[in-house]
Amino acid sequence: MTTLTQTFKIPESIKKGSKFSFCPGCDHGVAVRLVAEVLDELGLRENTIAVASIGCSVTLYDFLEVDTIEAPHGRALAEATGVKRARPNKTVFTYQGDGDFASIGMAESLHCALRGENVTAICINNTTYGMTGGQLGPTTLLGQVTTTSPTGRNVEYYGYPIKIAEHVALCDGTAYSARVSLDTVPNIRKAKAAIKKAFEIQNKGLGFSFVEILSTCPTNWKKTPQQAHQRVREEMMPVFVPGVYKDITEKNN
Amino acid sequence: MTECLTKTNKKVLTKGNYAIANAAVIAGCECYFGYPITPQSEIGEFMSGKMQELKRAYVSAESELAAINMVIGACSTGAKAMTSSSSCAVSLMQEALSYAASDQLPVVLVSVMRGGPGLGNIYPSQGDYNQATIGGGNGDYKLIVLAPATVQECVDLTYKAFYLAHKYKNPTVLLADGLLGQMMEPVEFTDYPYPEVDNSSWALTGAKGRPARVIRSYAPSADDQCEFLENLHAKYKLIEENETDWEEFNTEDADIILVSFGSPARNTKSAMKHCRKLGLKVGFLRPITLYPFPSKRIAELAQTAKKFISVEINMGQMIRDIKLAVNGKVPVELINKPVGNPPSVEEIVERIIKESEE
Repeated sequence: MTTLTQTFKIPESIKKGSKFSFCPGCDHGVAVRLVAEVLDELGLRENTIAVASIGCSVTLYDFLEVDTIEAPHGRALAEATGVKRARPNKTVFTYQGDGDFASIGMAESLHCALRGENVTAICINNTTYGMTGGQLGPTTLLGQVTTTSPTGRNVEYYGYPIKIAEHVALCDGTAYSARVSLDTVPNIRKAKAAIKKAFEIQNKGLGFSFVEILSTCPTNWKKTPQQAHQRVREEMMPVFVPGVYKDITEKNN
Repeated sequence: MTECLTKTNKKVLTKGNYAIANAAVIAGCECYFGYPITPQSEIGEFMSGKMQELKRAYVSAESELAAINMVIGACSTGAKAMTSSSSCAVSLMQEALSYAASDQLPVVLVSVMRGGPGLGNIYPSQGDYNQATIGGGNGDYKLIVLAPATVQECVDLTYKAFYLAHKYKNPTVLLADGLLGQMMEPVEFTDYPYPEVDNSSWALTGAKGRPARVIRSYAPSADDQCEFLENLHAKYKLIEENETDWEEFNTEDADIILVSFGSPARNTKSAMKHCRKLGLKVGFLRPITLYPFPSKRIAELAQTAKKFISVEINMGQMIRDIKLAVNGKVPVELINKPVGNPPSVEEIVERIIKESEE
């Protein structure tokens, strides 16, 4: 007689009974779940302090069964620095959007990396300010139409988007910097591996670890989830090329 | 300077800024985060050496925005943590103070006031009375504000700032000025005189054997936020009942009561004594806590006094709190210096003689 067992389990690090409040087709839910799976697999949940940020990422604490403080907009890595310096034995990570990390929080983010703070930062890059209704952000692509770039991002008025993972990799205190995507199952697996690596590097005390996750915002992009993932592949990936930009644990890096 | 200060239990001659820093170390401050600004840079300089010597946390932050948020992060774990700054740079911290008040975190901020507005100058000033007591951040919140008038009080009130911040889980400001920060006086560093506050019921330590804790200010439900604010203000009421502190001299029979806080309170007190020698019925009241303000006591004194005079180094900020307390019963006037050294004893006495003759 065959016994059927359920193999797809909700991670322990996800709050019991919680339902993601993200828009349908948004990759935030996948990203949060990957973080939760990694915390489970590394046995870190009970020793972790998370720092939530402002934007759609603020609701992180509604879904993770992890001690969390919510930082003001852009200040997540300053708060993470304070947490880690006060309690060096805790695992500390931030979960931020591209606006939080690379626009209003650019100084805090890069200085945290430059100091080599032993924390992990997860940054969701969806090329827009999602929570406020789809305005132009630091990673909005050239030509991209948003509510504040109605004819598309042009260099004359808006300048250029930032390639975050590359900039973070340039900081001497950075131990690991990678860009991943959630558009296909193989890429989701790669994303999880990168997140896991980032936490492992923190646990080894090697310095700042960073994962930029290319994500969808179907609501503000006005696309179906499928079309949104197609956009990630066709429009975002050529500019924001996935890959590992720094890994001090790899030789020849 | 770093090596010569510890617990002394005997008088040593030291600067206000060093006194504050050394007192913070004795109070058990585990983490210091700061960015340089005159006239308080000695605090960060002292801490950079002392904290590393003691293997405690120190960060030269990239900005005051970062510094105060690092304090918030450290405080979220229940740690004793602080930053120090001055006027235009304390302006940068207002957003974080609003968050810290909402988060109910024991943030300690030393604010050594200089001239403003804007970049202003590095002369002593009390131009940030409103910034500290009313607040520059958004929303209905209060900071506990302690105002030293001597270098010894810089020590004693630094101890108290850590204690009250943790006791009430409320951001607390030590509001000094450039004069106090830079002047030297004999001081004694006693042991930290307060009990340690148990933070274990709320501090972020990792969700081990208990549900996860969240320290947040985001409040999407209006009803929940109404309840939260009612509770927050019930706490403020408790602080007002328990912690209002001031000193007063010769107020019982006084016709004129001089009110002053911080460094100008010193000349003001001398002026009161001088007036008494001249036979003038002058009293003196010095608020030590600016929030909570000794409004109740001032209201009582307004029953018997004929006039209050606020002595400040600004264009008149505390005078509004005095007027609110006096509630129109008697006139409230101002003796001020816009910025720089406090009004002199002679200036104050002269003005009182003139007022008495009217």
